[in-house]
Amino acid sequence: MIRIEAAYEVAGVVFAAAAASAALSRQTPRRPAAVFFGLIAVSFLVGDRLGDLGNGVLVLALVLVGAFGGLRGAAAVFRTPAWAVGDQRLGNWIFLPILLIPAVTLAGTFAFGAIRVGGAPLVDPKQATVVALALGAVVALIAAMILIRPPLAAPATEGRRLLEGVGSAAILPQLLAALGAVFTVSGVGRAMQILIGAAIPLDNPFLVVAAFCAGMALFTTVLGNAFAAFPVLVAALGAPVIVHRLGGNPALMGAVGMLSGYCGTLVTPMASFNIIPAALLDLPIGAVIRVQIPTAALVLVFNIALMCAVGFAR
Amino acid sequence: MWSLIGIPVLVGGLLWKRDPILVVAAAAFATGLGGGLDPLAVLSALGKAFNDARYVSIAFLVLPVVGLAERAGLQARSRELVGRLKALTVGRLLIAYLAIRQLSAAVGMLSLGGQASMVRPLIAPMAESVLALRAGEGDEARRQEVRAQAAAADTVGAFFGEDIFVALGAVLLVQGVLEANGLHTRPATIALWAAPTGLAAFIIHAVRLLRLDARLGRGRPAAAGDAE
Repeated sequence: MIRIEAAYEVAGVVFAAAAASAALSRQTPRRPAAVFFGLIAVSFLVGDRLGDLGNGVLVLALVLVGAFGGLRGAAAVFRTPAWAVGDQRLGNWIFLPILLIPAVTLAGTFAFGAIRVGGAPLVDPKQATVVALALGAVVALIAAMILIRPPLAAPATEGRRLLEGVGSAAILPQLLAALGAVFTVSGVGRAMQILIGAAIPLDNPFLVVAAFCAGMALFTTVLGNAFAAFPVLVAALGAPVIVHRLGGNPALMGAVGMLSGYCGTLVTPMASFNIIPAALLDLPIGAVIRVQIPTAALVLVFNIALMCAVGFAR
Repeated sequence: MWSLIGIPVLVGGLLWKRDPILVVAAAAFATGLGGGLDPLAVLSALGKAFNDARYVSIAFLVLPVVGLAERAGLQARSRELVGRLKALTVGRLLIAYLAIRQLSAAVGMLSLGGQASMVRPLIAPMAESVLALRAGEGDEARRQEVRAQAAAADTVGAFFGEDIFVALGAVLLVQGVLEANGLHTRPATIALWAAPTGLAAFIIHAVRLLRLDARLGRGRPAAAGDAE
């Protein structure tokens, strides 16, 4: 059975190619970039065999090289490569590789479920989408090579160009996910629960709902992840107060509570959803967050109103 | 209570504008040590969680294709294409993408869009060229805002669409946490109650994009004046 590790191997090859390209580049010294991308390639290719402590050392090395290696800013030295100058012959076919990625992802997600080999599914059904995405990227790359006919090293060079633009922020989302896990083993959730329980008057449905929804948004802003904030707020306010004490609707409390957390995700510099686009589109992260603040605030107000209006069926 | 020390470290480090990956690593160590773990245990916990979370970084594997297509004239071609659609504005383009993104996420196709595979190669350059065609080149601040709006349409669509689909992680996580607190619910009921907020988010964001159009249009004379 093909599992998510197959997609990790594709990603590992992409990062290894970027590392090799950086190491061999003669334009500027790029050793930190080569080491940084190389370490990410190691994580993708053999991360499961390093052990927890080995992975910890790898994370430490990535953080040090990423923070002190001067990774960002190298992308500016790129010029238009000779093979791409005045390339107009492709017309709209140039869209084909890019559109192949979602097309193959979609087709693969459905098709993998139907393909069985010797009674077992060919692809792990839980991870079919990610495997299909990796397949889509490979198919798209082959199509692009046939259509565009660049030099063979061009995918590595272009992958490195975009990854250098992203810089050390490339590992930030994964590092934040890891921080969430450290929060869990260190008991941050329980400590926060005690603090909230002490701060809120519990008999006023409006105040409790407002504290629950705004608390989800606020905790998510601090923790960077609504999934990390949700268990804390449900245990502190959602289940004991909104449902048991005030008779609220549990499914509505859960759904709207999580969506209030997403309002926090829209405005936090701690979430990959804001870090990645800022890096990919060459924007300060504040620019991405700024345009999302009004939507986040208005949806949060809607959520509080919705839960007050229909959340307590009597 | 000492495990909470990581949060001021996090907020302080970001306000002090240190490198975010350094701040996050420092916050992880502060939290673990505050929670009573020894340094090697913190390092192991961090390493294990980092390895388990590799799926977060999987989207980067599309970048070589995106880079190749960009170099072969993808963005110039996008510009030509949107130039032919006379009725297109930045707001209308992004509302259309928001609707597609939210609907496809709502039926479980969350990985159809995305910042690396759709926004960077297609949506952001299209939005920028529509800006140039309809409201003049504009200054860098305005182009930045339009790129940020392209990113926001993707994120808002994905967030407020995915919870409407039953079998995605978010709904199952909600059900699991409620179950752990002794509350029995069905995923379909949770997904149903996510729908009103999904609709509200679409209307709110679409109205904001229409207002963006009005603002970009109004800004034209000022932009011309700036460039004198």
